[in-house]
Amino acid sequence: MRTVTDDTPPHGRNEGGPALIELYRRMVLIREAEKSCGALFAAGEIPGFIHLSDGQEGVSVGVMASLRPDDTIASTHRGHGHALAKGLGLDGFFRELMGKADGACKGRGGSMHVADLSVGMLGANGIVGGGIAIALGSGLAQKLRGGDGLAASFFGDGALAEGIIHECLNIAKLKTIPMLFVCENNGWSEFSPTSTQVTFTLEKLAAAYDIPYFGIDGSNVEKVADLAADLVARIRRERGPIVLECSTTRIRGHYEGDAQRYRNDPAPPVDPLSITRATLEERGVAVADLEGIEEAARAKVQQAVEAARSSSEESLSEAQAEVYAVEATR
Amino acid sequence: MSEARFAHAINRSLDDAMARDPRVLLLGEDIANAGGTFAVTRGLLDKYGADRVIDMPIAENAIAGMAVGLALGGYRPVIEIMFMDFMTLTMDAMVNQAAKLHFMFGGQGAVPMVVRTQHGGGLNAGPQHSQCLEAWFAHIPGLKVVVPATLDDAYALLQSAIDDPNPVIFVENKALYPMKGELSDAPTPVPLGKARIARSGTDVTIVSYGAMVHKALAAAEALAGEGIDAEVIDLRTVQPWDEAAVLESLARTHRLVVAHEAVEAFGVGAEIAARMAHIGFDDLDGPIVRVGGAFMPVPFGRTLEVEYMPGAAQIFAAARATYD
Repeated sequence: MRTVTDDTPPHGRNEGGPALIELYRRMVLIREAEKSCGALFAAGEIPGFIHLSDGQEGVSVGVMASLRPDDTIASTHRGHGHALAKGLGLDGFFRELMGKADGACKGRGGSMHVADLSVGMLGANGIVGGGIAIALGSGLAQKLRGGDGLAASFFGDGALAEGIIHECLNIAKLKTIPMLFVCENNGWSEFSPTSTQVTFTLEKLAAAYDIPYFGIDGSNVEKVADLAADLVARIRRERGPIVLECSTTRIRGHYEGDAQRYRNDPAPPVDPLSITRATLEERGVAVADLEGIEEAARAKVQQAVEAARSSSEESLSEAQAEVYAVEATR
Repeated sequence: MSEARFAHAINRSLDDAMARDPRVLLLGEDIANAGGTFAVTRGLLDKYGADRVIDMPIAENAIAGMAVGLALGGYRPVIEIMFMDFMTLTMDAMVNQAAKLHFMFGGQGAVPMVVRTQHGGGLNAGPQHSQCLEAWFAHIPGLKVVVPATLDDAYALLQSAIDDPNPVIFVENKALYPMKGELSDAPTPVPLGKARIARSGTDVTIVSYGAMVHKALAAAEALAGEGIDAEVIDLRTVQPWDEAAVLESLARTHRLVVAHEAVEAFGVGAEIAARMAHIGFDDLDGPIVRVGGAFMPVPFGRTLEVEYMPGAAQIFAAARATYD
């Protein structure tokens, strides 16, 4: 294992792979960022709708540990974890969610559209299933360009009911596109149990397209990271699609403010952070070190929030000037 | 200069764009091996290979969505949607994704993609294969809409559409594909958003685009027999449309007709009429009159469809009505 520092970029499981404590550090940063999102939303400092991914950090961090900046991902409405794990900085993140001019997207998209093309993050998406075909096209671009880059599409189990997933699985296989389909199965299709919405399993669906399928406990970041490292390496080598389904837990509601009267979970939610923390303690990591990681994450988040608060919003005329791209192309 | 058909002009434009720019890719249903439903892409597979002329399954939403991903990935996809009626199946990709990404991502990246599709009646293709839906796309900030009328324009506007850094809907009229005309060896480049005067006149301005331009020209000839000298403006680009050119013509003729094959209600003509009624109010000597399809689906039967299709006679009557 190489030395892991605070500044380790969120890529590179394949180059020896980050240690579990580094994966924990990345998950904690996402959790702390989203905790702040919830508080800022409740306080009215973040407008609109936000969908938190608490409980799903193991998937974001585990999969992204094997991706490089030139690999591309398309995400979902629950995309904060994906964006941060892929390398979007906290400053651009918070400023965007607070609608500020120096946000990642100049405050024009907000939570549901955070994107950072410079790290291959092709955007969260307000349309369920809306990112899958974009990722597939990006995967085709990776293939045509040569090299060993790939695209990953994150989607929830609710998206399995959308027709676009069928179109994309079919084309991915037909055209042999280097694409990792990552399903975050949290059991919920917005406000309804997915069991009341979807009659099939993704495993059987993948089999129908003859696409290799792998299922994993998405709450165990180490397992996700190890499996993703293998699958990503295989896609880099073989240049075809693979389906990865991660069972996971949506700790919060569909959106912040969701009273969740429909919800009656039989057991308390599985928290990937608690699991990882316990494992690290078992392996002899000092509690003080873990607390240090948590404290550092809180400090970073707080710093980004303070900075975002002091930023201002863009003017309407500035926004209107970028409805169309104007770059000369020939 | 040589005689060619409208479809050949588009084929040559695609060919030349692919030859000069390795980023240009074609994707669509039956465009490679079959050469396209209307043979517009014939021969390009042999010339550029299956990595650049890509046959796709019947999955319009995925094709359009993939074009967004390809465009973000540095390519210049030109997708073919076989009939404009099938654009209904691409609406998420076009309206929610392609049109908005550049804006929504704060100016990061661009989506330089072209959707070639064809609209129009006259071939008894029926209610689901004849619609002119360009106004839908013109209504969406972030999209551009081009509808050529001549061979040289079809060639040149497609070049401009491919070079544009934004998603462009390039609408061909299926009835024009077999039309013969002169195709220049090197058509003069035409920027998007620039109209042309298809016929100069002094008495009434007829604004049109696509196949309807030819009907407007026929109507203008008939009007000349009545002593009315009509000017015909070919918009070429519906979004953005050349407001200045229309206003300039109206300022000379003081009368305005807007004619298109698409359903009249809530159409492109409504937008042009409303703008001119506002900014051109002082220049108007009569009512602005629209010509468009009746508010009904395009009917199938031979006589039904002939009766349905708006044409030179309606434009002629509309020009006369500007004197009422």
